[in-house]
Amino acid sequence: MKAFSYERASTVEGAAKAAAQTPNAKFIAGGTNLLDLMKLEIETPSHLIDVNGLGLDTIEKTAEGGIRIGALVRNTDLAADNSVRRDYGLLSRALVAGASGQLRNRATTAGNLLQRTRCPYFYDSNQPCNKRQPGTGCSAIGGVTRQLGVVGVSDACIATHPSDMAVAMRALDAVIETIKPDGAKRAIPIADFHRLPGDTPHIETALDHGELITSVVLPAPIGGKHIYRKTRDRASYAFALVSVAAVIQADGRGKVAVGGVAPKPWRAEAAEDELRKGAHALASALLADARPTQQNDFKISLTERTLSAVLAEARG
Amino acid sequence: MPTPIQLELSRRKLLVSSAATVAVAGAAKDVRAADIRGKALQNTTAVALEVNGETQHLVLDNRTTLLDALREHLHLTGTKKGCDHGQCGACTVIVDGRRINSCLSLAVMHEGSKIQTIEGLGQPGNLHPMQAAFVKHDGFQCGYCTPGQICSSVAVLEEIKANIPSHVTANLTEQAAITSAEIRERMSGNICRCGAYSNIIDAIIEIAGVPA
Repeated sequence: MKAFSYERASTVEGAAKAAAQTPNAKFIAGGTNLLDLMKLEIETPSHLIDVNGLGLDTIEKTAEGGIRIGALVRNTDLAADNSVRRDYGLLSRALVAGASGQLRNRATTAGNLLQRTRCPYFYDSNQPCNKRQPGTGCSAIGGVTRQLGVVGVSDACIATHPSDMAVAMRALDAVIETIKPDGAKRAIPIADFHRLPGDTPHIETALDHGELITSVVLPAPIGGKHIYRKTRDRASYAFALVSVAAVIQADGRGKVAVGGVAPKPWRAEAAEDELRKGAHALASALLADARPTQQNDFKISLTERTLSAVLAEARG
Repeated sequence: MPTPIQLELSRRKLLVSSAATVAVAGAAKDVRAADIRGKALQNTTAVALEVNGETQHLVLDNRTTLLDALREHLHLTGTKKGCDHGQCGACTVIVDGRRINSCLSLAVMHEGSKIQTIEGLGQPGNLHPMQAAFVKHDGFQCGYCTPGQICSSVAVLEEIKANIPSHVTANLTEQAAITSAEIRERMSGNICRCGAYSNIIDAIIEIAGVPA
């Protein structure tokens, strides 16, 4: 690990300012992904700003009837929260489908959104990777691609976003609230938060330099059946090959996001018009622009089958 | 001719003085250029941890993980380093009542934290019930993952009692039950290469006091 200096931030404004004013600084909260990457010298910050002392660890009702989740609410606490279990069940389900108990106890809401891909070529610093070292090329393309993305990918990068939580939040129309170093606040719909790789796969989110996530807001509960179904190589503690987060209403309408297939939680609101026609129609619309490799084209049919299982569960 | 005791004393003095020299040299190198806020950027930080009930004051290289602080600085070598990347669970300790991977946490992030390691759970002659159950059920072979398994086991039962749901919890709005399936799922972050899993489950089930 490269040496770095360290400070404990005491205010959100101060944290954002410090990040803007210190060269090569990064925020650290749970640290479960960042430290892993720092040990491998894939992340090499020269300064860490510890945000664990900022509070931001409560879940509160909003005036609109939804909830505001503090950026530092741990994954375990979010999954266990009574209002989340009752009103946003798929979020609770998605959280406990991810990582291990130890990791969920540390990992935070904001950190989960910001975690980086687990593409093996991103992790292998002996190989070129446009996300790790812009302009060096993509080793995954033409390599071992079974786990990698099938839709939203580019010629520069076919990595997936690994989060389960973010897939549920995408189906729930979450909004990410931030503060910038100049004190300005903004709200970013989750649809616009993660970026597709294009030719700049190293730029993964809409956040500006020094911008700090303070909370994630969920709109008022919409009822319906909440389902998160994850297909993976092991029954526990494995990243998704394909996952589906869905809220299905009694009349068959609903909201559906898919994980494990794209560089961001994958949802196409227009495709949801196909929901009542069944899994095949929905999957075809969702993955219309897919460009899988020979090794991962099974994710197309696996998406359809996972959707099919979700729709059957919703009817049952 | 000095007596052995005098020799021992002067050796200790020598060690102390050379350690101080190293510390001073280290400190000088640690101060990098101040940033534009005029804040001195240092590679070391002072931290106070409460480990197994005892407060420990340390000045650590910022890179030191909680795991390395426990093992290399406090010589509590019960906590094991397996993968060092949060995948195996050998480094599991209980911090402020919650189990975490100590390899994926910086020690300096734990100012004021209460840390419980395997040494704090029980000692020879005074075993924690979970330790005794692991012995009774032969819940290990080589033993390397065992401290992490035991810390995790103790915390898992607390997590179920606190009604934290898991991937196999059938109904999110009901109290999670202590079942073999629940325990298997919740223990998935602790890998045992010897494959003692079934005996580990037996040990935990016994302590939970429910039929398997």
